[in-house]
Amino acid sequence: MALSGMRGLSVFISDVRNCQNKEQERLRIDKELGNIRTRFKNEKGLTPYEKKKYVWKMLYIYMLGYDVDFGHMEAISLISAPKYPEKQVGYIVTSCLLNENHDFLRVVINAVRNDIIGRNETFQCLALTMVGNIGGKEFAESLAPDVQRLLISSSCRPLVRKKAALCLLRLYRKNPDVVNIDGWSDCMSQLLDERDLGVLTSVMSLFVALVSNNNEAYRNCLPKCVKILERLARNQDIPQEYTYYGIPSPWLQVKTTKALQYFPTVEDPNTRRALFEVLQRILMGTDVVKNVNKNNASHAVLFEALALVMHLDAEKEMMSQCVALLGKFIAVREPNIRYLGLENMTRMLLITDVQDIIKRHQTQILTSLKDPDISIRRRALDLLYGMCDVTNAKDIVEELLQYLSTADFAMREELALKAAILAEKFAPDLSWYVDVILQLIDKAGDFVSDDIWYRVVQFVTNNEDLQPYAAAKAREYLDKPALHETMVKVSAYILGEYSHLLARRPGCRPKEIFAIINEKLPKVSKPTVAILLSTYAKIMMHTQPPYPELQEQIWAIFRKYESYIDVEIQQRAVEYFVLSRKGAALVDVLAEMPKFPERQSALLKKAEDAEVDTADQSAIKLRSQQQTSNALVVTDQQHVNGSILGNQLGLVKMPSQKMEASTHNQGLTKENGAVSKVDPEPTPSADLLGDLLGPLAMEGPPAAPVSGEKNMISALEATPDAAGALALATVGDQSNSVQPIVNIAERFHALCLQDSGVLYEDPYIQIGIKAEWRAHHGHLVLFLGNKNTSPLLSVRALILPPSHLKMELSLVPETIPPRAQVQCLLEVVNLRASRDVAVLDFLYKFGTAVVSVKLQLPAVLNKFLRPISVSAEEFFPQWNSLSGPPLKLQEVVRGVKPMSLLEMANLFASLHLGVIPGLDTNPNNLVSCTGFYSEGTRAMLCLIRVETDPSDRTQLRITIASGDPTLTFELKEFIKEHLVNIPMSTHAPAPAPAPAPAPAAVPLQPQSPITPAGYTDPGVMLAGLL
Amino acid sequence: MGIRFILLVNKQGQTRLAQYYEYLTLEERRALEGEIVRKCLARTEQQCSFVEHRNYKIVYRRYASLFFLVGVDNDENELAILEFIHLLVETMDRHFGNVCELDIMFHLEKAHFMLEEMVVNGCIVETSKTNILAPIQLMDRAS
Repeated sequence: MALSGMRGLSVFISDVRNCQNKEQERLRIDKELGNIRTRFKNEKGLTPYEKKKYVWKMLYIYMLGYDVDFGHMEAISLISAPKYPEKQVGYIVTSCLLNENHDFLRVVINAVRNDIIGRNETFQCLALTMVGNIGGKEFAESLAPDVQRLLISSSCRPLVRKKAALCLLRLYRKNPDVVNIDGWSDCMSQLLDERDLGVLTSVMSLFVALVSNNNEAYRNCLPKCVKILERLARNQDIPQEYTYYGIPSPWLQVKTTKALQYFPTVEDPNTRRALFEVLQRILMGTDVVKNVNKNNASHAVLFEALALVMHLDAEKEMMSQCVALLGKFIAVREPNIRYLGLENMTRMLLITDVQDIIKRHQTQILTSLKDPDISIRRRALDLLYGMCDVTNAKDIVEELLQYLSTADFAMREELALKAAILAEKFAPDLSWYVDVILQLIDKAGDFVSDDIWYRVVQFVTNNEDLQPYAAAKAREYLDKPALHETMVKVSAYILGEYSHLLARRPGCRPKEIFAIINEKLPKVSKPTVAILLSTYAKIMMHTQPPYPELQEQIWAIFRKYESYIDVEIQQRAVEYFVLSRKGAALVDVLAEMPKFPERQSALLKKAEDAEVDTADQSAIKLRSQQQTSNALVVTDQQHVNGSILGNQLGLVKMPSQKMEASTHNQGLTKENGAVSKVDPEPTPSADLLGDLLGPLAMEGPPAAPVSGEKNMISALEATPDAAGALALATVGDQSNSVQPIVNIAERFHALCLQDSGVLYEDPYIQIGIKAEWRAHHGHLVLFLGNKNTSPLLSVRALILPPSHLKMELSLVPETIPPRAQVQCLLEVVNLRASRDVAVLDFLYKFGTAVVSVKLQLPAVLNKFLRPISVSAEEFFPQWNSLSGPPLKLQEVVRGVKPMSLLEMANLFASLHLGVIPGLDTNPNNLVSCTGFYSEGTRAMLCLIRVETDPSDRTQLRITIASGDPTLTFELKEFIKEHLVNIPMSTHAPAPAPAPAPAPAAVPLQPQSPITPAGYTDPGVMLAGLL
Repeated sequence: MGIRFILLVNKQGQTRLAQYYEYLTLEERRALEGEIVRKCLARTEQQCSFVEHRNYKIVYRRYASLFFLVGVDNDENELAILEFIHLLVETMDRHFGNVCELDIMFHLEKAHFMLEEMVVNGCIVETSKTNILAPIQLMDRAS
């Protein structure tokens, strides 16, 4: 072992190394620090060599994790030393010890600048490197022009220029203004012509930073990047020094490929062709070889190429190659490749149409969930979470549950949360959801946050069908010997509310329920005691007439807790005791919990928050944003007449939060007059807790609805006081008092593309729609949901059908009872093709308010289309036989919403125009085929071809052919309306009584063709429709 | 994209070289080094070379008694970093001739010089061993 040039340093290092324990080490280091401190104090005697030695010692000590709070000035002063060795130490140690905000750095800005603009190359490099590592704002201001000059200077050698590139990157990050984009894109383009690979490597880092900030400005550099990739991939003119195990600089390849991922598309056909050739070569030409290093390097390039192909998402063929490769990778034994395969597959989920292929690998992915390596398990969990949907939720969630009992502690909480979210989002039925959550609590109670059990209680409360089931399940769990406290809480809560629904089952008599819950009482914590007391009160309430024996037992407990140390529990005990002596009045006071307002799942919110500081998980995040909870709340089933259509989850959600607020508010004055105010929350925490525990104790409005109440007030501007004052509102005030709380135009537009959802909603009523379409028949159900505790009166629904539709609405009851939902059937028959739109004229009274709205009904042209898949042999004869107008029409459409071909294909799919991939040889074209159904034409074949221009996405040419001239024309216009920008009015139309001139803001629906832009009045619009 | 830090740690968890590209206070460094050393050193040869930690990743590789740990952003190419570690080791090998823990320990400054040439501000600057070692050789000749 050759000793370092500095003997003292070596001796010190071996001293520290020889220390037997941490304490000795500490002593040795303290001694050295004292020594250095005294030496620095008597500065005069220090030679540059000694200074250098001490500064290295300081760095070594700092590296070992000891604080070095002196000597910084000495380190910095070395920067100004005339000789290279001292200067070098000064620069390196300064950039290790100090951060950019250190005051001392200011002192040396001038010395640094002198080195940068000086003639000595090695000094230039040292200075540029230090500024590149720790330069701050002040450096950016004073040095940027010099650094730029060095970077583009032709007289500078590569070794200086590569440092200048990264130095500039640092300065740019500190102050983006130092790079003037206008002039710099040309410089950048020239820099990318660089032959020296060292300079290119660092220039590429600078380029990635610039382009990630503004890809538009650097579009001219895109072909250069492709050239660089080509040069590397073909191994043209690459010095031996820059090939690594036979691979031309894998790092530069990776960086360049990364840079290309910042451009949304590659438009120039030549560049595009060249790029795809390179990518194809990488995808196909990367073989597994024996040498680990070579293998890693080539796969590094391959994975980056995969990412670029996914990003461009242009070549179907290549995309399927990527999926195939990833499928292979997740099955290999080599852990690194498997890890990256799983990771990239998760990223791939962003691209919707590969989901089905990824699902084929589910078994393999589940295997990785049990891998001995936690890194791989995490990737597998993320992927499973991302790929879960309604079709595979059962399998995946059940696997997760099973895995939960063996999973390591580090993952359990995440696992439990994810299982709960998936169960909620994709539950095929709600009883399964309840099963999953209860199992979750049972298996991993410690890792189940309160949010999870609050959520299941909300679901059970809001869904009457579920209540007996949940109660029975809760009862079953109580028989288990060792029960997690969370399970005690949730079981007690559910049984308190719903055990009376089980009364006839064995072991479920009130007395028995009470006994088994009461067994747990001595062992639980305070918040649980509070819940149990409420449960007892509820059991007592449901036991009418009372069993004296049970009553006595419960009273005894209440009395015992009257003097309990915790105030909340004490208060509950006192109040329940008094209340329970009120006899029949108890039933009113302790009535069943009202339904919870529908809101974003706290779990999803939590998952989103958690993702901010964990891995990027962009795919998952995006998906969780796209897919709002599928588990809607089904309410008031008993009021629903007739059959329930489809699955329950598809039903309209209600009630909304705002109305809930006023319910609480009114309920309070009406029902709870006798109850004194108490603090509803035993433990202050999320608003959910307020919801769950608050109303349980039967007092003031819980935390969450308070804000809702404010909304409510603002929604009812006419009412001077809160909801209680509603009755005082005069008829004159009503006209504009009820505003829809959804955007009607948006809702209509959405319903044109889907078959169920909310059509209209205001504070009192929600109108949902669910439609089934068969050939030229439509079967629609309107759901009229009263959100209030008082009835909606004088309800009137009138259908104003356009001439091409025959529509028949079943009887609409004049009154909608409180909190009830009424279903009305609407039968539609399509007579011929037309873009006219049917209107629902709807009117009701609430209190003194008369609300009248006219709503467009989504019985539009595309609802009578059915996609047809045909082969080329079938397509072309048809296409050719329909020649020229009026059967075949062609038009160039301008002002198209810019969208990728994939987006357009998706849009077409949602319009029921079946896109047939591969029929047109030109990848920029889209061909689709659909059947139109009407009474007049029966099934009529329609063929559509869209030719897009990749260089200008705002225009395209559309050709439509069918056997009926009207149909051809109407369909062409209809598709156009969907392709050009649809003005989405942010205001909803003000529903005024009768056709009084409505002020402004009526959305101009392109779907109502005879509504020219000038019409703003719904009355006029209506007249036109008729 | 970028490298956040490069750490060389021996089997006992002692730091042999530390270079950070984002400023962390001493306490933060101590905590971070403790956590990741605990995480990575416990792993077996059959496990993958990537460990997720907080909001970034550690790419690591073991050479005899020495662990090379590189903290990178999540969008960094893991395999490229893994091979970059090997490039660093090969470069050290070329200079020291069969590099070992003691070489790095007692030639702290040289190890730093090499890293300086290879990485600036968390970005890879140079991958040619000749170019990386040129300044060191220049200095060796001068002294």
